[in-house]
Amino acid sequence: MTGYIIKRLLSAIPVLLGISVIVFLIMAMIPGDPATAILGSYATPENVEKLNRDLGLDQGLVPRYFIWLGNMLQGDFGRSFALNRPVLDEVLDRFGATLILAGTSFVLCSLLGIAAGVISAARQYGVADKAITFVVLLGISIPSFFLGMMMILIFAVQLKWFPVSGMWPIYGDRSLWVLMDHLTMPAIALAVVATGVIARLARSAMLEVLRQDFIRTARAKGVHERRVIWRHALRAAMVSIIPILGIQAGFVLSGAVYIEIVFQWPGVGRMLVDAILKRDILLVQGGVVFIAACYVMFNIMVDVAQALLDPRIKT
Amino acid sequence: MMAFLKLLARNRLALAGLIVIGAVVFLALITPLLPLADPDVTDTPNRFLPPFSEGALLGTDHLGRDLLSRLLWGTRLSLAMGLAAAVIAATIGSAIGIIAGYYGGRTDNLIMRGVDMLMAFPYILLALAIVAALGPGLMNALIAVAAVNVPFFARNIRGITVGIAHKEFVDAARLAGMRDREIILSEVLPNVLPVIVIAMSTTVGWMILETAGLSFLGLGSQPPQADLGSMLGEARSALITNPHTSIVPGAMILVIVMGINLLGDGVRDALDPRLKSGALSRPMPATTVERTGPVPAANTDSLLDIATLRTEFRVRDRLYKAVGGVDLHVEKGECLGIIGESGSGKSVTALSVMGLVASPPGVITGGAVHFDGDDIIGAPYEVLRSLRGRRVAYIFQDPLATLHPLYKVGDQLIEAIQSHESVSKHDARARAIDLLRSVRIPNVDSRIDSYPYEMSGGMRQRVGIAMALANDPDVIIADEPTTALDVTVQAQILSVLSDLRRERGLAIIFITHDFGVVGQLCDRVAVMYAGQIVEEGPTEAVLHSPQHPYTSRLIDCVPTLGGGQRKLAAIPGLPPVVDRLPAGCAFAERCDKAQDTCRVSGIELFATGAARKTRCLFPEIEQERRA
Repeated sequence: MTGYIIKRLLSAIPVLLGISVIVFLIMAMIPGDPATAILGSYATPENVEKLNRDLGLDQGLVPRYFIWLGNMLQGDFGRSFALNRPVLDEVLDRFGATLILAGTSFVLCSLLGIAAGVISAARQYGVADKAITFVVLLGISIPSFFLGMMMILIFAVQLKWFPVSGMWPIYGDRSLWVLMDHLTMPAIALAVVATGVIARLARSAMLEVLRQDFIRTARAKGVHERRVIWRHALRAAMVSIIPILGIQAGFVLSGAVYIEIVFQWPGVGRMLVDAILKRDILLVQGGVVFIAACYVMFNIMVDVAQALLDPRIKT
Repeated sequence: MMAFLKLLARNRLALAGLIVIGAVVFLALITPLLPLADPDVTDTPNRFLPPFSEGALLGTDHLGRDLLSRLLWGTRLSLAMGLAAAVIAATIGSAIGIIAGYYGGRTDNLIMRGVDMLMAFPYILLALAIVAALGPGLMNALIAVAAVNVPFFARNIRGITVGIAHKEFVDAARLAGMRDREIILSEVLPNVLPVIVIAMSTTVGWMILETAGLSFLGLGSQPPQADLGSMLGEARSALITNPHTSIVPGAMILVIVMGINLLGDGVRDALDPRLKSGALSRPMPATTVERTGPVPAANTDSLLDIATLRTEFRVRDRLYKAVGGVDLHVEKGECLGIIGESGSGKSVTALSVMGLVASPPGVITGGAVHFDGDDIIGAPYEVLRSLRGRRVAYIFQDPLATLHPLYKVGDQLIEAIQSHESVSKHDARARAIDLLRSVRIPNVDSRIDSYPYEMSGGMRQRVGIAMALANDPDVIIADEPTTALDVTVQAQILSVLSDLRRERGLAIIFITHDFGVVGQLCDRVAVMYAGQIVEEGPTEAVLHSPQHPYTSRLIDCVPTLGGGQRKLAAIPGLPPVVDRLPAGCAFAERCDKAQDTCRVSGIELFATGAARKTRCLFPEIEQERRA
């Protein structure tokens, strides 16, 4: 298993390099002078000159890439001109909030989605199946940002169950309880779409598995139906569900951008949108590379989980 | 195509989706013709008018602009953006996919590596990066969304193209001297086009959502022009005071995406051939029982007595009578062989006993199965469950498919024990080890922690047998347990079974299509044909003097070792399909002795001697006496 993990980690290196190349090339598409774009039109010529030199913008595309890559590997993602602080510091500060939001949502959508899918498959064409199918259809059709707004309207403004927005109250203590209070609505709003997608795929994976011969064997052994469904069938179905969880993690991370805006959540997504609107190019660039790298690492974890689950995968 | 449309129309939800989308598209198309207020003219004194106000059906927004007008124009823009993004992504992505798939080799490798890289991003990061570089704006958001979806098309279309690039007609075109570009355009493209169109139709809703999302973030359409996303984004600041300005565009996005999803599901279902055949139904915990008519009494007081059992398969409007009134019984310690060709109903008979016939589509429609005196057809689930494996155990064919692939064989055995007895895992493991020894598995201590895929076919079948023995059952039903094994392993398995039977006094029902196996193991044999027993009797007697023409033909099919060059007599024709059984003898069509009387009506199973029965008007031996 250790060998497998090392192999997967090594295979991530070209992917990470590829990601950096893609981000670099996209940023190279910036029309006009990048230093002016970064510093804004009121920058002094001296500053523009200096930034051009620092970033190697006066050189060709290839040396520029390697300067940028070398800096990043040393932990220097550049400096945000709008916030006047190192990009990495800002990203790391914001990343924790995103991780809490997206992580909670991911756990939520995995558990609920799989449970709904399994129940739906076990009661195929029954009332529960039809109800779940309908809710799922609604869930995957509603844009998360609209859902978030409606939740604020109903549960925060009308019913006053949860705070309208933010991660922490402006004044007051920062306990776990307070965090949960603020986290509930955005985490649910973010989880809904992914829950629906996972539920659908889990349902069809389960239906596929339930027709297999080893399910009949389990029943012939006298294994209780509950166990047949939740152990035998689900275990086998997980082999096709886990890769979907990996993909959905990417969608949850993406959806976090909208949810962070709607709920004023101080995460990287909101930071990126603000940075784009302020033309804070280096912050966008650094943030994108950082999150993409985290996502690649997450997918390696998914692969490892898959290998742990399925002994047939050569380790 | 017509069949596809019909199938689509049959799906009511898909039809509803089609109608909704049709209506929205229609409204969007005729928007310029409608007598609407200018969507971009501000009228601040009349800001935030509620819905159903004079002159503003849906009210006005924060700048006093007519919401209905903005909604329709916004819908128009959103639909156009989504569609445009889909077309651009499909065109570029498919081109990349076709080139990669057609040329293969290094080109393919290089391109697909790049595509994989793009797919390593959470999609919105890529879109945000592109918008960051190009600057916010409608066209740039469109480019971003299209670019993000290119990999999806490239990957799917490549897969299809690889399949086509090696087809005969492409080779033929190449031999005819056509150039690659001509082949791609004239041979490959027409074949992948349907896939491209379907992939596009399933992603268009997604792209509408994504472009709306970017606009919502303020990165797409810029004021005063608005699509649904930017309408929602602008309304957000007034969410609490004037929710209708948010609800109007949000609900529209919901309606559009839901309509597209419904339609997309319908299309997918209509295209999936498995749904048509009902093959995607899951089998229930026990076979459905719909017995009409009286429940027959047991024929004998044997341990297991099957009386006029009928099991059918209902697939759409077809009815397959897999088991058409079977009577069988097995005594304690006895081995009964059931023999017949594939599809003769022998497995279905055996599976019906414990309600293990996949249902749907299987239904038990008549007869009774008395086990230890009680009829167990239609017994409550918990009764069946406690009998399964404990009193009546099964051994199946092909243990690679019938053992759970992801559990160690030891754990599967332990589970079999613990399903019926509350013993500690430790004790159960000790018993599992004993069981594996009793079926002569070598190195049990290490084998018990193996996965099924790590074992040979013979070893796996031994595990299957050990599992059947786990709770010391009274009856073992072995459904072709040796069919997938080679001859030497087969002999070993048979000897294991034979010994166990002697030691434990097991009753065995042994299903096979192999007379050699029957002769070796079974006391009595029943021959099945088209869902019925055609002959039954002691093994020796049946093998040496078969009475039913089918039995004798079946025996003639078996080559004998060292029997010299003998003509193997294959039976002409095929067994009848059990959804169209003939009125009379089911074998008549293939029987060279069949008379007109054979085809008139169903034939009884006659007693033709001590413990022998035959379903034939002209049984082979006693023909003269009866005539």
